[in-house]
Amino acid sequence: MMRIPISALIGLVFTGAYFFCAIFAAWIAPYGMAEVVGDSWEPWSAAHLLGTDTIGRDLLSRMIWGGQTTIFVAAAATALSFGLGSVLGFIAAVRGGWVDQVLSRGVDLMMSIPSLISALVVLSVMPVTLPVLILVMGLLDATRVFRLARAVAVDITVMDYVEAARLRGEKQMWIIFREILPNALSPLVAEMGLRFIFAVLFISTLSFLGLGVQPPMADWGGIVKENKEGIVYGIPAALIPAFAIATLAISVNLVADWVLNRTASLKGGRNA
Amino acid sequence: MLEIRNLRIEATSFPPGEPPKNVVLVHDVSVTVQKGKVLGLIGESGAGKSTIGLSAMSYGRGGVRLTGGQVLLNGRDIRAAGPADLRKLRGREVTYVAQSAAAAFNPAKRLMEQVIETSLLHGLMPRPEAERRAVDLFRQLGLPNPETIGTRFPHQVSGGQLQRVMTAMALCPRPDLVIFDEPTTALDVTTQIEVLAAIKRAIHDTGVAALYITHDLAVVAQVADDILVLRGGRKVEYGPTRQIIKDPQQDYTRALVSVRSLDHAEKPEAPPILSVAQVTARYKGTNFDVLKNVTVDLAPGQTLAVVGESGSGKSTLARAITGLLPPTKGRITFAGRQLSPDLKGRSKDDLRELQMIYQMADTAMNPRQTVGTLIGRPLEFYFGLKGEAKNKRIQELLDQIEMGRGFVDRYPAELSGGQKQRVCIARALAAKPKLIICDEVTSALDPLVADGILKLLLNLQAEAGVAYLFITHDLATVRAIADRIAVMYRGAVVRYGQKSDVLAPPFDDYTDLLLSSVPEMELGWLEDVISRRKMAAAGN
Amino acid sequence: MVHPILTLVAQRVALGILLLFAASVLIFVGTQILPGDVAQSILGQSATPETLANLRAELGLNDPPLTRYLNWLGGVLQGDLGVALTNGQNIAEAMGKRLGNTLFLAGCAAIVAVPLAIGLGLLSVRYRNRWPDKVISTVTLATISVPEFLIGYIAVYIFSVQFRLLPSLATVYDGMPLGERLYAISLPVLVLVLAVLGHMMRTTRAAILNVLESAYVETAELKGLSPFTIIARHALPNAVAPVITVVMLNMAYLVVGVVVVEVVFVYPGMGQYLVDHVSKRDVPVVQACGLVFAAIYISLNLVADLVSILANPRLRHPK
Repeated sequence: MMRIPISALIGLVFTGAYFFCAIFAAWIAPYGMAEVVGDSWEPWSAAHLLGTDTIGRDLLSRMIWGGQTTIFVAAAATALSFGLGSVLGFIAAVRGGWVDQVLSRGVDLMMSIPSLISALVVLSVMPVTLPVLILVMGLLDATRVFRLARAVAVDITVMDYVEAARLRGEKQMWIIFREILPNALSPLVAEMGLRFIFAVLFISTLSFLGLGVQPPMADWGGIVKENKEGIVYGIPAALIPAFAIATLAISVNLVADWVLNRTASLKGGRNA
Repeated sequence: MLEIRNLRIEATSFPPGEPPKNVVLVHDVSVTVQKGKVLGLIGESGAGKSTIGLSAMSYGRGGVRLTGGQVLLNGRDIRAAGPADLRKLRGREVTYVAQSAAAAFNPAKRLMEQVIETSLLHGLMPRPEAERRAVDLFRQLGLPNPETIGTRFPHQVSGGQLQRVMTAMALCPRPDLVIFDEPTTALDVTTQIEVLAAIKRAIHDTGVAALYITHDLAVVAQVADDILVLRGGRKVEYGPTRQIIKDPQQDYTRALVSVRSLDHAEKPEAPPILSVAQVTARYKGTNFDVLKNVTVDLAPGQTLAVVGESGSGKSTLARAITGLLPPTKGRITFAGRQLSPDLKGRSKDDLRELQMIYQMADTAMNPRQTVGTLIGRPLEFYFGLKGEAKNKRIQELLDQIEMGRGFVDRYPAELSGGQKQRVCIARALAAKPKLIICDEVTSALDPLVADGILKLLLNLQAEAGVAYLFITHDLATVRAIADRIAVMYRGAVVRYGQKSDVLAPPFDDYTDLLLSSVPEMELGWLEDVISRRKMAAAGN
Repeated sequence: MVHPILTLVAQRVALGILLLFAASVLIFVGTQILPGDVAQSILGQSATPETLANLRAELGLNDPPLTRYLNWLGGVLQGDLGVALTNGQNIAEAMGKRLGNTLFLAGCAAIVAVPLAIGLGLLSVRYRNRWPDKVISTVTLATISVPEFLIGYIAVYIFSVQFRLLPSLATVYDGMPLGERLYAISLPVLVLVLAVLGHMMRTTRAAILNVLESAYVETAELKGLSPFTIIARHALPNAVAPVITVVMLNMAYLVVGVVVVEVVFVYPGMGQYLVDHVSKRDVPVVQACGLVFAAIYISLNLVADLVSILANPRLRHPK
């Protein structure tokens, strides 16, 4: 029954590996996060597999610690945006009426400003700390989750089987959790993957602009910022996060695609 | 003119997560169409009739390939023709009328442009002549304002008119053969007869040959000279229309001919279990009553058929009775108690005793629940059944709907259309209802399957004494199942009474129109109806 | 009688203006009423109660929020965006030239990206599910999986450092000849194009496919029309509106991309101006920049909306 296509398998393995490194960074990273162990921008060697950074910290260790920060912040923001966006989206779809109007128009308004600009505006007055970053990113991204969750749930609530459940006399909670949720889950899980990637790109961008994770804490966007001066001298230290971000994003994408396709095949009917 | 020999058609399907598979759609089919003759292709969905029709233009939708046999058009094998030759014959020698004209017209161009496009681009005639011919065809097909209708856009004319414009588009370049692919299926029954008559007249007047594809034998019997009956991509029977209708040789054809001939002895009048009194309703935010003063009664163990075309308010009546659309005026009494107008005010017994079955069984079942869960939930919910008792009852219900033991763990996607509808019936029965509202429950099914469902419903009524409120647009179904009939038109009941009274003259105008529009499995029926209507019109 | 489409267009424009006002409220609320005190943030550690009180008075923070908002909005409507806290410069003046630079950069990127995206979209439709389509789709997936600033540094590493072809900093000044200016911004343009190309091409492809799979294109094929006629007469007239809509929505995306790219290439535009002043916590500048970006974004979305209304034959020729 569970036959996983090769592309999804690659995606799962890489995604798993990144999360593993992030969770067990303290055991895996050869050096400490802010430990200065050599000269600046030492080339690749056996002692420092990826060389050292602008002030002589081990780059591999920085990448692993940075991955931990980036993945943690992105995952927390995604969890927040999902919890908030999908619950409000479902409520808007099932309740309809003024609840739906108020929530939907509010989301329209929030989405009328690009999220990077909104984030910059808010961060200009808020202290830049991890909880604030997670909160800001999660709230801004919740608008997109809200729209998707509402659209999916609206499609399902007009189905005859939901009407049948209402006519049977089922309670609202039963309708949401037993009739709507199982059918909405797959598109939402796939979207969760995409939102997570977006959150990784977003926190990296903010850190690169100096408005995200603050030094000496490591994160992938910050590593680019710290080492960008090296590029003009031909030192590619700043480009290493590009590889990490791109592979993580692509692997999560592959998994999300697979989840979506699996839903499509369930709906299409196995006897077709 | 057209000769198809031993045609074999294949397609590649891409089941998700599996390697691509080759599927044979049509096996070894041979037919001929002579000049000026009409061949009817008939079969259920999936019988391969449209695929064969399009093969006459050497066209395959989405990866469909002609892999064997010959298609001879005017003596040449068009299977061997290259793209340039195909372009020359498509639109010039063979033209096509699609089921949904609304989708088949380019929304951004005026009708006239599209009707004469083929004639102009194939260099068949100069523009003024093409336009004159188009206007003549519009007139011939009975379109209103034939001079100016061509300046309109597709969305500006009605569905029935658009279907006739599409026929004009097919006839304009003076082709040898026209393929009609279910041209009246999407239309209301009173519109269908007009379009059907117009198409038949146009075929006759222009002397063109035609392939007429439909799932409705009664329709094709009116227009075709020969009929090919298809099933699962294979020929069942092929012969002249008279022989197919009067003397079918194969069991399948016999079943098709006798379909809809179910009859049902009317039960005597009795005190009602459901009584709808002067119900008026409108949707929120509109200022138009979709139900106007509707009054009907239904006796226990009997069937009230509510008949009408789309927009007549028959489904709205069901919503009012179930409490989904609280009426603005009127009373609904059920099993001796007055029902609360909206759902929230109804007791669990009110809900249990009044069940509903839907037209689309697909969307009426949660795709993530098994048959066992679907049928088991009402048992749990209303009777608190659990474990072994519940399973036993589920099995009894599955036996009642004539489905076997193995279905309990299946998902809806693994069932056929008829099986799905049976599961929905079982789910309704599980509540031990006194009344089931059936909303067009057979319209989405192939005729033979629909007959099976009707028979099942009648048997269940005899066994369990449940009453049906049966909503349909199909009068043949009404004859098969009803004890009482209410005819609805624009939100009001225009005729109501025992079946024998409603279906016997004298009729009101609308009921007459509706009754006389239902195609009958008889040769020459269309001509009779049209000439009777003309005489009536002249008499006025 | 007024044509119903005019009413609809007027409604949409009014709605756009309303949205812009609402966005201005949101920006104001975001910067003024959040728990962080502006005066406190500006002064940071060095704040004494006295300096705080002085600054609060200077910023008008002691007025009620509504008064402050109306004062600010009144100024904005007269073209007065206020004065920067950090250097006392007039914001409108400082922003004018930078806005020009930003629009020039984004415009150049759009001129390259739009035809390229449509061309690639057509190409992948033409060779659907064959290798050109797959190559295009893989490459664009890669470009949308990397943030803009990293594409920027990769481009710098390849084109400026390894091959020494293009400048790594986009230095522009007044009176610079057009040719030199274009050469100076070649890398930022490249990066912006790569950043928006993926989305633009994918959505274009989907929009065209949608039209090509419609029943009326099949009708045209069954009329025996040539592929060129089918595309020119039946597919294009219906595909133009969705494609323009898609392009407009992606241009809005470009507005965001420009912020980051300007920082990478130290280009004197709006984006850099905004980011600089966010770090300096210069609230009036941030508000003004936010408002301008929101206005551009809302108008592009409005244009996309209007195009799809104007192109809809059902609305243009009502019953």
